[in-house]
Amino acid sequence: MWNTLVSIFPYAIAYTIPMLMTSLGGLYSERSGVTNLGLEGLMLVGYFASAITIKMTEATLGVQALPLGLLVGVAAGAMFSLLHAFASINLKADQVISGTAINMLAAALTVYLARTISGSGNVRILMGIVRKNIPMLSRIPIIGPLFFSQTYWTTWLCLAIWALSWILLYKTSFGLRLRACGEHPSAVASAGINVHHMRYFGVAMSGALAGLGGSVILITYSGEFSGTVAGLGFLSIAALIFGQWKPLGILGATFFFGIATTIANVSQVIPSLAVIPPVFFKVFPYVATLIALVLFSKNSAAPKASGEPF
Amino acid sequence: MKHVKIREKQSNAFLVAVSAVVLGLVAGAILMASIGSNPFTGFWFLFRGGLMNIERVGNTMATATTLMLVGLSVAFAFKTGLFNIGASGQMLIGGLCATLVAHKVFLPRPLYLVVLVLAALMGGALWGVIPGFLKAKFNVHEVVATIMMNWIAYWSIYYFIPAYLKGPSLETESASIAVTQSLRTPWLTKLFNGSYMNLGFFIAIISVVVIKLILDKTTLGFSLKAVGSNRHCAEYAGIKVNRNVVISMMIAGGLAGLAGLSFYTGYSRNMQIGVMPAQGFDGIAVALLGASSPLGVLFSSLFFGILQSGKGFMNAMTSVPPEIADTIIAVIIYFTATSVLFKRFWDAVLKRQGDKAKKKEESAQAEVKKEVE
Repeated sequence: MWNTLVSIFPYAIAYTIPMLMTSLGGLYSERSGVTNLGLEGLMLVGYFASAITIKMTEATLGVQALPLGLLVGVAAGAMFSLLHAFASINLKADQVISGTAINMLAAALTVYLARTISGSGNVRILMGIVRKNIPMLSRIPIIGPLFFSQTYWTTWLCLAIWALSWILLYKTSFGLRLRACGEHPSAVASAGINVHHMRYFGVAMSGALAGLGGSVILITYSGEFSGTVAGLGFLSIAALIFGQWKPLGILGATFFFGIATTIANVSQVIPSLAVIPPVFFKVFPYVATLIALVLFSKNSAAPKASGEPF
Repeated sequence: MKHVKIREKQSNAFLVAVSAVVLGLVAGAILMASIGSNPFTGFWFLFRGGLMNIERVGNTMATATTLMLVGLSVAFAFKTGLFNIGASGQMLIGGLCATLVAHKVFLPRPLYLVVLVLAALMGGALWGVIPGFLKAKFNVHEVVATIMMNWIAYWSIYYFIPAYLKGPSLETESASIAVTQSLRTPWLTKLFNGSYMNLGFFIAIISVVVIKLILDKTTLGFSLKAVGSNRHCAEYAGIKVNRNVVISMMIAGGLAGLAGLSFYTGYSRNMQIGVMPAQGFDGIAVALLGASSPLGVLFSSLFFGILQSGKGFMNAMTSVPPEIADTIIAVIIYFTATSVLFKRFWDAVLKRQGDKAKKKEESAQAEVKKEVE
């Protein structure tokens, strides 16, 4: 059992991190008052942009191409999310429809461009990040093998972003204002703060972080742009709800979902897990989210003004 | 005066839809040009691919069938103020039920078809009624609930098909059903020269008529629309809002289930795993462009059917990737969502024209007056 756990843990963390970033992006957006269903598409944009960047520069830049790809992925996600911001903030469009349009547009456009560039629609990169043990820390019993062995540097970067976001959202006046925009925008406006600017920031952050999530998929476990992120964006939305729109909540939720996905993927190989059909692990996050929605329906923690134009 | 006002409003709705389509096509043209293809030849082959001979027309109609039913499903939910973003999942489950029937049930043809349609209808309705119930009973937002239901359907089928309906050659798709068990019939196949055209088209047309009748002529339709236009007002008038929400989602789910029937046992004859049917989202475009009216859905689904079925031919004849069709559809959705832009634009244009006409009239009247004097 222990060996099984140690062997699947790095995979679980690898699955968790892209979801955590995307979910955190969703948190920024929803807390600022804009529902963002386009996370799946924004992830895909980041995934694609970083794949193209790395493919074009890896011959000359070598390992330096990876951080560059990450940056371009973040920028592309942020740029693309401005479409959603413009529609839902300036034009007061239906945010669900706009988000759906973002998803469809990203899915079609990225494959369209990938096909034009590479012919097949898939973009393969030559290298990924090398997994490393953290010196000293990886030798701590129990925690060491689980958390500090075989890690990607992006994992630590993303966890740092998560921690900084928490501080930004909950310990600064800027964060308070941003969250207030999602609860009671007119109160924020009467305090002399531009709600539209705050919401633009929220949506752009969601695009940037979802783009980061997509790029991380590429340079950690996938190594190839394949035209889809297979519902990870929607899973991140589920995690956002399951985590009740709180940073610590989404950390727990994405990790929980990451473990479930990993177990489903490896259960055929590991006999002690093959007792439970993998479908239960795959379906579990969605069912759990539905149950959470029912349980918390009386006092939902959802931002009150999320989805409502101002 | 009043007459003019009404006419302005109507032309707005139509103009907005047309503007979105035109901008979608323009975006497509720009994309084609950006990769060095000639947009005019691109579109020429796209539309020829959808319409150039009777076989391709049949394929276009078969493609439009699925879109029509999904569009109808989304439009029907819209009428009750609900957003059915879960048509994909309902399609999958409806299609799965139909595929199961096609594999296991052998009956005389007319009876068999009834069983097949009912199976798909019930499968879809089940997948629609759950979010409807959650919305009515626990106030769970139907958008989130239907998205979750989509992925539950996706993963269930991902594991169900290899386990119980595995095809002989590939692990990733179900065994093909016999042609005699599908919605295709010899006379239709012959009439359309061997295309995918199938009985689903008639099911879709019947559904359009039935939904139009329900919405326009029945008490149920009236109360559904009342809930959609103002929930509180409807409640005050004694309409059971929650019951209507559940019924609306059930019917919407059933329609999407029929779309699954038309796609998985008519257009194709097997189900592939790991594919979320894109039609479930294209249907949102169909409903939006058709202004959520059954007849509008009929026409817009034919338009999107041409785009979707012509893209393969265009890809074969030019270097434009087939995803151009999906890009155009996505752009159209985006511009329908941001219709405020066009409304402002056309309002301004129409107002200017109206002012001009008024001025002309006034000056003409003034002249007449002068002449009389």
